[in-house]
Amino acid sequence: MSKLVIDGLGRTFAGVRGGAPTEALRPTSLAIADNDFITVLGPSGCGKSTLLRIVAGLDAPTTGRVLLDGAPVVGPGADRGMVFQSYTLFPWLTVRQNICFGLRERGMAQPAQDEIAAHYIDKVGLGGFEHHYPKMLSGGMQQRTAIARALANAPKILLLDEPFGALDNQTRGLMQELLLSIWEAERKTVLFVTHDIEEAIFMANRVVVMTARPGRVKADVPVALPHPRHYTLKTTSEFSALKARLTEDIRVEALKVAGLAG
Amino acid sequence: MIPLKPVSSRRKAALGLSFFALFVLAWGAATFGGFVSKTFLADPLTMLREGWALFAQHGFARDVAITIWRVVGGFVLAAALAVPLGIAMGAYKPIEAFFEPFVSFARYLPASAFIPLLILWAGIGEMQKLLVIFIGSFFQIVLMVAVQVGATRRDLVEAAYTLGASASGVVRRVLLPSAAPAIAETLRLVLGWAWTYVIVAELIGASSGIGHMITDSQALLNTGQIIFGIIVIGVIGLVSDFLFKWANQRLFPWSLA
Repeated sequence: MSKLVIDGLGRTFAGVRGGAPTEALRPTSLAIADNDFITVLGPSGCGKSTLLRIVAGLDAPTTGRVLLDGAPVVGPGADRGMVFQSYTLFPWLTVRQNICFGLRERGMAQPAQDEIAAHYIDKVGLGGFEHHYPKMLSGGMQQRTAIARALANAPKILLLDEPFGALDNQTRGLMQELLLSIWEAERKTVLFVTHDIEEAIFMANRVVVMTARPGRVKADVPVALPHPRHYTLKTTSEFSALKARLTEDIRVEALKVAGLAG
Repeated sequence: MIPLKPVSSRRKAALGLSFFALFVLAWGAATFGGFVSKTFLADPLTMLREGWALFAQHGFARDVAITIWRVVGGFVLAAALAVPLGIAMGAYKPIEAFFEPFVSFARYLPASAFIPLLILWAGIGEMQKLLVIFIGSFFQIVLMVAVQVGATRRDLVEAAYTLGASASGVVRRVLLPSAAPAIAETLRLVLGWAWTYVIVAELIGASSGIGHMITDSQALLNTGQIIFGIIVIGVIGLVSDFLFKWANQRLFPWSLA
């Protein structure tokens, strides 16, 4: 049975000052199996973030619905953990307090919170930084904390909205490996949005390619590369073949976005 | 000089002090040099002598204490009511829509213009002084706090929701801590304004306080005492400002670099 069902989900934004409404997402359906790692790949402004925000419950669809374990999603909740592209750690809380935010909200006892926090701090390699404020951390460390914060809540599904988009190339590569190793150990269901082709292939079991606005699913490409994955995978011929195919798909869409399609 | 290039802390202090020195020097030159009549402007030494006499012979310490009590009393009263209302307005848009137009209007009503009315209502006792400061501070604080709470980063609010926070949890654990440093900064600013209101309140219908001493001295043409009174107000303001800044730094270490 599918963990997450996206059923005819569409989103149209009302026009600004009497202008024409914008169709961000054309009715889209998608089923995500339990323990699967799906990446949604598309050019900027293709509605992939809108799709993720609706799954998170932060935006409401114009048409269609989202089912998590068969129950409709009506608003944000702790069962769907989210990592944003922007740095969203609470600046007034330390690394550990940030990770405990959701646990405290549901009234968990402090010792139990600390135990879970310690586990995830270790997992994302932030030992020794528990009492640092976000301001004192690099971008990569902040996003690692954000991942730990989302996972500490034990969500049914992890949603990531271009979480490494603001990081430099080297850090981004390391973060991909880190997240992948966590997934390989825990097999949490993951929906990961990105515009980076290499990232989409490296992370996923399945890449969902989206078209330019209005967004809809253009291709659904399985990635049959074995786990555990090592960064050297990115230089293999299977990887390159997939990359070549997706590059072609995305290029056509990017041309449309740029208004260069002939 | 290179634009925006910082100066060392020693040089900064030296530059800041040197303007004070220059100011007193110019004042001394104007008065001791006989360019300005002593009737209208006392020289720095006379001012110090008069100041000493105020404390030693006229019980000025009591006036200072009363003025401080009025400012702090009126200000604390205003803050205790204005901060919660501002938070409620910033967090909940219907509450903001209900109060905001009136508060925006009331903000422009000059506190000093209420003094004659307040004398009619509350006499010339302490209540009247507190009310002047209250009116002068309350609406300003409400409006600024509402804006600061409303300006909380939306992505932080969304992150809290995805972590399972309830609506009241978002107010308590995101909006409040996020706006707290700015609210403290607002209180520091408004306390400075409260000082101007208290002196105005004491210039009219008061029998004690720094402002009352200043009106008395004016009647006696004692410009040395007037200037001394003004400087005392400035020094107290500076000290309270310093205390506020210090407390803010201690309370909100995360908001600093």
